[in-house]
Amino acid sequence: MIRVSGLTKDYGARRAVNDITFEAEQGEILGFLGPNGAGKTTTMRILAGYMPPTEGEASVAGYDVVTESIEVRRRVGYLPETVPLYTDMTVFDYLKFMADLRHLPNGEDRVDETLELVGMEDRAEGYIGNLSKGMRQRVGLAQALLHRPEVLILDEPTIGLDPSQVVDVRKIIREIGKERTVLLSTHILSEAQQICDRVLIINKGHIVAEDTPANLQASLIGSERGMLRVRGEADDLIEAINKVKGITHVQPKEEGVLEFQFAPGQDVRAEVARTTMQAGYDLLEMRPIGMSLEDIFLQLTREENADMEL
Amino acid sequence: MRNIWTIAKREYKIYFSSPLAYIVMLIILSVVGAIFALNIINLTSNPFGMGQAPDVSIVTGPMAFMLVFSAPALTMRLLADEQRMGTLELMLTAPVRDWELVVGKWFGSFLFVLTTIGISLIFPFALNSMVTPGIDQQLMLSSYLGIILVAAAFLAIGVSISAMFSNQFSAFFLTMGLLVILWFLIGIPAQIFFTGGEIFDYLNMNSRFYNSLNQGIINLSDIVYFLSITALGLFIGSAAIETRRWR
Repeated sequence: MIRVSGLTKDYGARRAVNDITFEAEQGEILGFLGPNGAGKTTTMRILAGYMPPTEGEASVAGYDVVTESIEVRRRVGYLPETVPLYTDMTVFDYLKFMADLRHLPNGEDRVDETLELVGMEDRAEGYIGNLSKGMRQRVGLAQALLHRPEVLILDEPTIGLDPSQVVDVRKIIREIGKERTVLLSTHILSEAQQICDRVLIINKGHIVAEDTPANLQASLIGSERGMLRVRGEADDLIEAINKVKGITHVQPKEEGVLEFQFAPGQDVRAEVARTTMQAGYDLLEMRPIGMSLEDIFLQLTREENADMEL
Repeated sequence: MRNIWTIAKREYKIYFSSPLAYIVMLIILSVVGAIFALNIINLTSNPFGMGQAPDVSIVTGPMAFMLVFSAPALTMRLLADEQRMGTLELMLTAPVRDWELVVGKWFGSFLFVLTTIGISLIFPFALNSMVTPGIDQQLMLSSYLGIILVAAAFLAIGVSISAMFSNQFSAFFLTMGLLVILWFLIGIPAQIFFTGGEIFDYLNMNSRFYNSLNQGIINLSDIVYFLSITALGLFIGSAAIETRRWR
């Protein structure tokens, strides 16, 4: 559905996207993960037909984004990061206008259906200028979904939403991703883990990693981590836990809190709990520690720098 | 064509929800109406009875003058605001060609001015009922054709400049400056230079209206001139939008 090969984009002397290549299939939700300024928005804009690349090729639904831009735009639903909307129109009028530009038959019915899909049917007559950030995000999403596109490109679709809205929007995206191709960008790792089938990590215009969220995390971390909290001082416990099979490292954090690492795939939790109890401590809390995006980035960029030095 | 109509329709509606457009329309019609009224009063208070009856050019003449200043106000927002608000990104990723967007914007503003021109028809109709044996039909036709052509060209120039800016006031002042040059100033060098002055004469919009269409003379070259300026404006506007993509 989406084919990108050797894509490069320069803004003057600055190279925003540098020779990236990837593909996305139908029924796949592909996550674009990276810090701000990594080149996510630029790549998405090129795929949405907003601007041509400096070098390289990209096609969406079989059409080239430069030479067959209009065909691409017909088949793509795009939600820009800033969610630009005509604030002087009502929600309904705005969506009807976009439906007309897409030559949708029964435009009004389609607008009503889409408003229902994003849960905005009761705000159809309100002016966009009076809507909250979350509501505008939904209108933007409705605009991208109006024509039931084959490919959906969403730039930071959950940014600025409150937690319950985030859940709603993720649910909608997952629903759509069952049959269509979705490319979404985020800088929140947990979001990518929850919605995406596959993740591309992009940094400084390069793709630095590409895999399923679970594999990515496992391969990057090399070991899994957990923490436990007990009542009182825990210093004496370190040695006991270190002896548990599978544990590779134990480190005190703050008073009563220990962080431990263990080989991936080995469930050490039960044994750690038992050891703690047997040592006479009250176990207050124990949970796995996921690796944050920051950690992954630091690790990836470190590896990259190491490669360069070689 | 359909996209042009969709975009034009939206712009036309937006004019009627903005105070600026109403003010522009009101000023045009009241200035034109005041000049019309003064002419009629002048005529009826003539102590020597009936003189030369005024013709339609007393309506279309001032209207062309008013358009020099009001067309920039009507076009400044059209594309500059889309860039400032970021909504241009929506338009450029919708299945709409760049020129369709520009022509649609222009057509929306053109429809608004056509509405204003339409309302101004009350003056010639009033005049027609006052003078015997009625007004000169051909002059009526050619001066209204003239004002419509002038409006089309002014608005196209405005749209093309609006496409180059993201600040609507920059677009306003540059458009007005250019129209003042093309309407009032460009004829002057023609009188100074003995050779090569013809080019300035050729470009002089003012004389192509006041000395021709507004006097009942329908010249193909004048019509072609105004249509060419319109087409050129829309072409430059489309090119300006196109170059935005490459930045």
